[in-house]
Amino acid sequence: MDPRRGPLAVPKVRRVGFFTSIEPSPETPRPNRSLSGPAEAITSSSPLSDSPSGQFISPVQIPPSRHHSDNLASRAAPVPVPGPSAFRRQLANDRALHVGSYNPVDSLLGTSPPSSNGEVSEDSGSLFGFQRSDSAKLSASFPNGGFDMTMRVRAPQESEAKVAIASTSDGRKKNVEASERHYQAGEGESVAAKPRKEKETKSLKEKTSKAERRAIQEAQRAAKASAKGEGSKRAGESSRPKPSKPAKQPQPKKEAPQVTSSVSEKRAVSVEKERRMDVPQTQMQYDDKSRVDKAKRRSVVEQTESKNKVELFLHLPQYERGNQLPNLSSNIFSLDTIHHAVYKVGLQHLAGDISGDNARCIAMLHAFQEAINDYTTPPMKDLTMDLTAKINGYVSFLIECRPLSMSMGNAIRFLKNQIRKLPVDLSEPEAKASLCSEIGRFIDEKILLADKVIVQHAVTKIRDGEVLLTYGFSCVVEMILLYAHEIGRKFRVVIVDSRPNLEGQKLLRRLVTRGLDCTYTHINAVSYIMGEVTRVFLGASSIFSNGTLYSKVGTACVAMVANAFSVPVIVCCEAYKFHERVLLDSICSNELGDPDAIANVPLRNNKKHSKTMDNNKNLQFLNLMYDSTPAEYISMIVTDYGMIPPTSIPVIVREYRREDLLL
Amino acid sequence: MPDVQSTVLEFVNKLRKRKIEGSQSTAKCTVEILRSVISQQRVPHSNQASALIDAVKAVGEQLVAANPVELAVGNVVRRVLHIIREEDLSLATAAMAGLDLLDASDDDGEDDNCRGVGYSAMSAAVAAAAARSTLRPPSLQTLLEGTPESAAVPYTSSSGADSESKTADKSSITRKLKHDVIEGVNHLILEISGCHEQIAEQAIEHIHQNEVILTLGSSRTVLEFLCAAKEKKRSFRVFVAEGAPRYQGHLLAKELVARGLQTTVITDSAVFAMISRVNMVIIGAHAVMANGGVIGPVGVNMAALAAKKHAVPFVVLAGSHKLCPLYPHNPEVLLNELRSPSELLDFGEVSDCLDFGAGSGSPLLQVVNPTFDYVPPSLVSLFITDTGGHNPSYMYRLIADYYSADDLVM
Repeated sequence: MDPRRGPLAVPKVRRVGFFTSIEPSPETPRPNRSLSGPAEAITSSSPLSDSPSGQFISPVQIPPSRHHSDNLASRAAPVPVPGPSAFRRQLANDRALHVGSYNPVDSLLGTSPPSSNGEVSEDSGSLFGFQRSDSAKLSASFPNGGFDMTMRVRAPQESEAKVAIASTSDGRKKNVEASERHYQAGEGESVAAKPRKEKETKSLKEKTSKAERRAIQEAQRAAKASAKGEGSKRAGESSRPKPSKPAKQPQPKKEAPQVTSSVSEKRAVSVEKERRMDVPQTQMQYDDKSRVDKAKRRSVVEQTESKNKVELFLHLPQYERGNQLPNLSSNIFSLDTIHHAVYKVGLQHLAGDISGDNARCIAMLHAFQEAINDYTTPPMKDLTMDLTAKINGYVSFLIECRPLSMSMGNAIRFLKNQIRKLPVDLSEPEAKASLCSEIGRFIDEKILLADKVIVQHAVTKIRDGEVLLTYGFSCVVEMILLYAHEIGRKFRVVIVDSRPNLEGQKLLRRLVTRGLDCTYTHINAVSYIMGEVTRVFLGASSIFSNGTLYSKVGTACVAMVANAFSVPVIVCCEAYKFHERVLLDSICSNELGDPDAIANVPLRNNKKHSKTMDNNKNLQFLNLMYDSTPAEYISMIVTDYGMIPPTSIPVIVREYRREDLLL
Repeated sequence: MPDVQSTVLEFVNKLRKRKIEGSQSTAKCTVEILRSVISQQRVPHSNQASALIDAVKAVGEQLVAANPVELAVGNVVRRVLHIIREEDLSLATAAMAGLDLLDASDDDGEDDNCRGVGYSAMSAAVAAAAARSTLRPPSLQTLLEGTPESAAVPYTSSSGADSESKTADKSSITRKLKHDVIEGVNHLILEISGCHEQIAEQAIEHIHQNEVILTLGSSRTVLEFLCAAKEKKRSFRVFVAEGAPRYQGHLLAKELVARGLQTTVITDSAVFAMISRVNMVIIGAHAVMANGGVIGPVGVNMAALAAKKHAVPFVVLAGSHKLCPLYPHNPEVLLNELRSPSELLDFGEVSDCLDFGAGSGSPLLQVVNPTFDYVPPSLVSLFITDTGGHNPSYMYRLIADYYSADDLVM
């Protein structure tokens, strides 16, 4: 089949990696291509065509070695003053307008879940009709509840404040807890942190002697623990003194020396190191008893371990499902450490109201945005340090709710880098605004815009009369199919679905409503249907640098069967989901879903059997969430950087990730 | 024989409505019905074999037409035909043994045919018949000589009545054929119901300590196989793919757990993810084709491909009644059956958006729910039948043991 190899040879591949400006030859085929609608759209959608001279400029002609993203972000980054961010903002807007010029996709994006109005979480929930009743109430109560909650949160701390120093100002109370940790971390170290803060710290130090401070800490901790104890039964812990220090503590401890030195080069050197410890939780091995215990002690979500664990997956968290939710949602008014927006997103993840990597990531980023907006630096602390610690706390909470996806990990890493590289002389409001806009830019550029570019690329691979197969539900694939339908391509869609989530039904609904010709089947029948399929479009959760596709479980099966039938497999994935990890199988890194979802079978006659067998320790139900598809099954990956073979993933990761995240 | 006719009709209806499924049970029912057909069939004095064959064939055609996908029915019918032919032949050779008895033994159709030719021709015909029904595929010579002779079999039935000199031993021979055939059929019934044990006996050779075994679909053979290994104090772990949308995996898992095996139910989509930790895939076949291809529960091809990719042995358990003497062509489609879409999709869920397709005339939505899957022989590592383990490439030969070439096309 010649279309199969075709795409790989197309000049667009050259956009990846190193290319030089003296390469005008690909210009010649360009006009031919742009005769067709979508190709033209690509050119206009390509960020590089932003230049005033406008029409059909090949990406190759632009002075290369750096991709478009640095036009916007990275070039400005080394001189980070408030000015550039505004400039950046404007550029991004500019570009959004430009790209928006092909309306079909715009309208289409408006209806699909990752819409750009910050309401993704609520929207997606109600749109799909997937929201469970309890959490629906929860999210509904949120907009109003937010204020009440902050008020109530303060109440217990008021009493703490009495115990504490009288001089603590009202604005600081919120962060009393954080500062307490700070005290412990570096009695003397923190003094030198920032000239600006130095005075405050010193004055505070003078006011309170060491013993006093110790007393304050104890009182605070006791108050906190007892507050916690109301919800849970772990009141006994309040009596435990110092050794039960949460494991979060090392974070500020290690960071403190860096801040004291405050030399930017040194920081840059240690960035690598820090990066590794940034999100250690995703790699946490749950068969490591001591670490699990440690993590449990500080956890907000009360997890009960499931009794009937699958031995092969002891390294992954296996918890009972569904029982924490009511408890947590009642806790929402008494929480102190977690920002309410983050809390809400966490619960939505837990309940499964938000699914899909992009939706989850966007919801999380919006929550962080909100949290940063509400954030005030505690008096004697450094914004960079404290905010990072706060974000770490949020992240570990989110992990407790549901293990992070790779893309979320990348987004968090991006955010932390943004915080880290905030200029020292920035005032707090400025810094916050800059961070929020950076987050907004990330969402717009890396997710929403990337999707549009991917749609434009992928649509060129759909021809009349084709039979396209897709698996499960992927936003990008949905956009591609709908767009191709809108521009008048005649094709048929085969939707392959699998238990227990049956996400394909959602896609089926949407496509049939739009008038696409659909065939629906389940994954077992994939080798029956594959004979008539001409192309397979798959979504991705992440792509690792060895080309392994990490995606919803079953993707590997579909890709394998397609490969056996010599059908090209096209994976659509935003570049922000690429990850420099490597993975060989689906066992080592995975996520386990609710085993009951498998046990409950919609069988008419013997509904009870799994219930009665529930207690048998010989019977386990394994609900894997992801699997990894070897690179050899993938013909092509469509990303915002173009259409590439899986072997080019490490190149993208190396060349562009560094610019986006580290500079 | 109104009673036989009615039971046949009843069974045909059951097959047609898919009330009875699974190769084991259909095979059993078929063979029992054929037995009653044979026992009730009034046999003419001469040429009774062909009369029996005709009767069995007539019933067999009905049964096969009722559910062409249930290959076991056809297999069993062919087996019974083969039994009749063999018994017939052995009687003939026994009659041949004493040449002086030859005049009397005109119950055999071939005798009528060769009456005037003489002894040498007679023995040639017997040799031909023997060659035809023995294990080898017919040689060129037997084909040449056998064709007119087998075509002559029906004709001779009328001329067979001419033999006036009926003796007492003749009627005993008549009864003997029927008796032998019914005995053979009884043997077949025993074989079908006993194939589990014979297959399960071999379990210990294939399953070792601490192995991880993947299976899918609900097969009694697999269940017995695994349990036999378990009884021999082997401890191992079984992954069962649930087999949506029929969820037969859940049934199998339930029974395995009841017998004390460590069982984990996984989704069908997780087959590829788990196969890297699996030591062996064991499935029960729906039918085994002559080329060594397997027709199994839907999803089996996926598991076989994944097993091939990870070099995991893919073992197929099949009782001899599942061996089908046909070579498949496009089996994914032709030897398959589409079940109700309601198993996959609740009509109420999509009915509201189906209105959009109404204008164009053709429905926008199709739901495909096949029952079976075909695994090409290249993906199968081993067949375990009640006669032992075999390569896929050997299956055609094994099949020749059970069927005579005349019956392949019914």
